[in-house]
Amino acid sequence: MNVPRRRCLPLVFAHGAAAGAFLMLSWQTTDASMAMKRLAGNMTSSAEQEISARDVGDVVRGESLYAAKCGACHSVEQNRIGPKHRGVFGRRIGGVEDYDYSAALTGVDRVWDNASLDEWLLAPTEMFPGARMGFAVKDDRERADIIAYLKSVSE
Amino acid sequence: MNTEQKAQAVEPKNETLSRRNILSAGGIALSAAGALALAGAATPAMAQSMRGDAANDVNLLNAARALEFEGIAAYQIALDSGLLPPNAVGFATLYQSHHKQHNDDLEKAIKRLGGEAVGPKTTAQYVKQLEADKLKTFEDILRLALRLERGAASAYLGLIEPLKNTDLHLLVARLAADEAAHAATFMIDLASPISAKTPLF
Repeated sequence: MNVPRRRCLPLVFAHGAAAGAFLMLSWQTTDASMAMKRLAGNMTSSAEQEISARDVGDVVRGESLYAAKCGACHSVEQNRIGPKHRGVFGRRIGGVEDYDYSAALTGVDRVWDNASLDEWLLAPTEMFPGARMGFAVKDDRERADIIAYLKSVSE
Repeated sequence: MNTEQKAQAVEPKNETLSRRNILSAGGIALSAAGALALAGAATPAMAQSMRGDAANDVNLLNAARALEFEGIAAYQIALDSGLLPPNAVGFATLYQSHHKQHNDDLEKAIKRLGGEAVGPKTTAQYVKQLEADKLKTFEDILRLALRLERGAASAYLGLIEPLKNTDLHLLVARLAADEAAHAATFMIDLASPISAKTPLF
């Protein structure tokens, strides 16, 4: 079968979206930088000062990573293969009422926070054997960024 | 999900929706049957007959089936939308048939493990979860297709490590390659930038 090609797309729209994305990136990067500075300002020991950007996470990078790595099964607003993520940070694990969870995530007495999300994203089937989600994010930095984004859609 | 519901849910529903129906159904609520048809649900019968790694692998493969069902529905939504130019109809039909074949392969693998393959949701549920009411142009459809295909490639690659039965690794690797091939054509269509850094998925 011949593959149709459609090359003449409305570039005006593409440029407009790019400009908007740039503005959003600039704002959010500044916000993240300020948060890191505030965090650093409260440090007292050298060990604490070693806490780096990894621990804060970058919302803009997180949004891009979320689209690439989580977007196959999740969206912010809709239950799909996995549950919707609006409000996930601080929510009880298995707590979206209109989503049909596996037995592995039913009745868990814990909430999604930095620690639990990091554990989940690192090895979901090890945290909850029998979970339907097998996809893991092995890179520490990427997990922190995705968690920062999930936090941003929960505020 | 009881046996009757599963029997009804085994095959995708070939409902033909008008463009108006597809693109304006944003407020449709999940039905109980549809919610039960969510892929990956380990039934009590499965839990009794399967233990450990095999049951976990079945859950992961059923989640993959859910992904494929959503892809099949997405192509049907596109085909029924009236937004595809004539030369894209055959293309969408071909890719949809690939996803149906993927689901057949996944179903066989699940049965070999002693599991039970779950079925699709209703078309109305896919319309809602894909936010099809927002699809107004052919480019919107191309962007949705790219997002789903690229995500599926990544998702299949992510299944290789957690699947304990190594016989399944080649299957999901092949499925990932198919999804990546689909995504590549949409990237060309959309003149989407290709990352200079590998891996691309």
